[in-house]
Amino acid sequence: MATVVLEQRRRVFRRPTAKTGWWSWMTSVDHKRIGIMYVATALAFFVIGGSEALVIRLQLATPNNTILSANAYNQFFTMHGLTMIFLVVMPLGVGLMNYLVPLMIGARDVAFPRLNAFSYWLFVLAGLFLYSSFALGGAPDGGWFGYAPLSTTLPSHGMTFYSVGLQLLGAASLAGAVNFIVTIINMRAPGMTLMRMPVFVWMTLVTAFLLLFAMPVIAVALFELMFSRVFGAVFFDPAKGGEPLLWQHLFWVFGHPEVYIMILPAMGIVSEVLPTFSRKPLFGYGAVVFSGIAIGFMGWGVWAHHMFAAGLGPVANSAFALSTMFIAVPTGVKIFNWIGTMWGGAIRFKTPMLFSIGFVAMFIIGGLSGVTHAVVPSDAQQTDTYYIVAHFHYVLFGGAIFGLFSGIYYWWPKAFGYTLSDALGKVHFWLMLIGFNLTFGPMHILGLEGMPRRIYTYPNGLGWNFWNFLETIGAFTIAASILVFFINTQRSRRIREEAGPDPWDARTLEWTTPSPPPEYNFEQVPLVESRDDWWNRKYQPGPSGEPVRVFAGGADSVGADMVAEGTKVQDEHGHGIHMPSPSYFPLVLAVGLPIMGFGVIYKLWWLVGIGVLIVLTGAYGWVLEPGTAEA
Amino acid sequence: MSASEQVITVGHEPPTATGLDNTKLAMWAFLGSECLFFGSLISTYLLYRNRVCAGCGPHPHQIYNIPYTSVSSFVLLMSSLTMVLALAAVQKGDQRAMRIWLLATAFLGMTFIGGQIFEFTDFYHRGLSLSASTFGSAFFVLTGFHGAHVTVGILMLLSLVAMSSLGRLGPQAARKVELIGLYWHFVDIVWIVIFTVVYLIPSK
Repeated sequence: MATVVLEQRRRVFRRPTAKTGWWSWMTSVDHKRIGIMYVATALAFFVIGGSEALVIRLQLATPNNTILSANAYNQFFTMHGLTMIFLVVMPLGVGLMNYLVPLMIGARDVAFPRLNAFSYWLFVLAGLFLYSSFALGGAPDGGWFGYAPLSTTLPSHGMTFYSVGLQLLGAASLAGAVNFIVTIINMRAPGMTLMRMPVFVWMTLVTAFLLLFAMPVIAVALFELMFSRVFGAVFFDPAKGGEPLLWQHLFWVFGHPEVYIMILPAMGIVSEVLPTFSRKPLFGYGAVVFSGIAIGFMGWGVWAHHMFAAGLGPVANSAFALSTMFIAVPTGVKIFNWIGTMWGGAIRFKTPMLFSIGFVAMFIIGGLSGVTHAVVPSDAQQTDTYYIVAHFHYVLFGGAIFGLFSGIYYWWPKAFGYTLSDALGKVHFWLMLIGFNLTFGPMHILGLEGMPRRIYTYPNGLGWNFWNFLETIGAFTIAASILVFFINTQRSRRIREEAGPDPWDARTLEWTTPSPPPEYNFEQVPLVESRDDWWNRKYQPGPSGEPVRVFAGGADSVGADMVAEGTKVQDEHGHGIHMPSPSYFPLVLAVGLPIMGFGVIYKLWWLVGIGVLIVLTGAYGWVLEPGTAEA
Repeated sequence: MSASEQVITVGHEPPTATGLDNTKLAMWAFLGSECLFFGSLISTYLLYRNRVCAGCGPHPHQIYNIPYTSVSSFVLLMSSLTMVLALAAVQKGDQRAMRIWLLATAFLGMTFIGGQIFEFTDFYHRGLSLSASTFGSAFFVLTGFHGAHVTVGILMLLSLVAMSSLGRLGPQAARKVELIGLYWHFVDIVWIVIFTVVYLIPSK
């Protein structure tokens, strides 16, 4: 009887079987494909968000410029911020997590592969949803933090798109967070204890917990904004006793952990790259892990430093000033550990290493200017000036983006089987480093001279002309560096310098698999015996502590031999490895939600109904489809 | 040997690193997230419960009907009992009894939702609306989101009943009931907090 039922189910909900072609990507639940799609999509949004920044810089290059109207300028800087935060830095981190976490912990996939696909598709569609607002009467124009009551009263639909679009992105992040928490806690290979996990996996775990607890808070804030804009609620209406500060508190209780959500994955990447290219284990592994966890906890107690100018009173200001200074301690611990890792190492200055060193250097500058914000009187002077813009670009661009590019160069050969050109990579790095400092360095000076942020133009004769023009040159230098990166990806693909399984002589489990890894990652689930397990299988400490190869021969042949040996072992029962089958339903479910969103924005209740029907179809199909495709 | 091995292979899922079930761990994580969701809504309510501007409609104490809401709260709490009985039944392998208890749970949930719809309508006719006052906004959005959670729960309970009737619950029936039970109990517990904070603590 059971088989009859099974066959009926197969007829109604047949699972897709395509292995190649675009349809196979749209239905894929393979964490590696989803990871690649995340990174590719995020890089596309990076180009869009970067272009917005270039237009902004053109507008500000000279005083009294007229390229953008005040209104268009508001939309551009708001969308630039939203894009870079929610559609670039977060998904780049999530993409690398997707690709790497199962490989690093010796798993065949994440805990919930279909949920993973759902997260990706909802992220893409929510990004397109946000951008559709440009064609539908105006993009969000109230700043990325959408302060109420301005955000409830702006006339275009822009801020309604903001409230719904970020809600959808939040749902995608939440699903991803649950997935990664379960994956890391439950899917580790035998012997992969928590304190043997690569630091990148640790930082992913902390990030996932931050997402888990931060997303519901912004969800409530966004719902309150949505109900205010669409259904006439009065949460933030001072005339009816509404409290604008409520939005600020809810937003920054999310917003400050969000900062760490963006930076921790980059810190994880740097903690993998520096040991590999210094040929030393990470200095103070435990300290790095625990300071990451400490940042995760303390990140919840500093939010009001974004509100020092709001008049919370001396007690609250002092408390948050202290907690903000304290959170610099675990960050400082990490920086010293990274420097300690490089100290005395046999450093190879390959592109990923340069980006990681760039990360450490730029992040120190951004971190120090951050400490100046903790001083309340000083912050009162800096609030809403370009000094703030300088600070957060030093941590999020100089920090997160440099770290993420380090990761992209480092793991590119793993994902595609060929290495990116080191020469072009170095051109990319130096252009980006110079362009970055030209763009954002002078903003410190302009900010201290009093130039406010979010102004669409400025008059002549304030002494701001030179620095602003220089910043615009810097912005285009960054753009040129990104162009070099894209040229590099295309050229390297043509030349195709085969990487082999372990091109960097690295330390962690993902380098034991072929490049690119097979769909099932490991033919045999690895047995982990130590931290940096792969390195310890290749090297043993010599008489004076220096690493000595276990096998004779060249680096490449050793790596290849051992990989071959590791993967030669057959499954003793002769079973094939069962991987989760592709599925349509994550995509179906993800399509329904933005349709509901459009319905709410335009109060088209039939459209909401269609969206709900699609969501239900996706959900029931998800539950009822058979576990595997027909063999 | 074969008997015990059979039991393990029925689930055909590899053991996890901690021995905890993946789906259950995921549900607990999700419920942790939900705590922050309701926590933020309740904070908003606590900020606004005493803020009704002059001429902006009724104050909380003028409008709440404590005996009425106590009865519907009791109904919702009883649904946790029937949920437990449903799980006990399926763990004993009795899917018929499980269906009865699940239907009872869903029915109690629907009674609660019916009561909430009546309450909302009543309040609206007495001048409390989403846009009347910050109290109105906070009340309707908080209790409304709780009602939406109960509704989703009812939908999942009825789906379980339907799948069980069609014989599609599979070998993991007890785990599926337990998962949805976790969600259901959570939503009940949230209501205990809401009932206390919103209805029982006197306002000005």
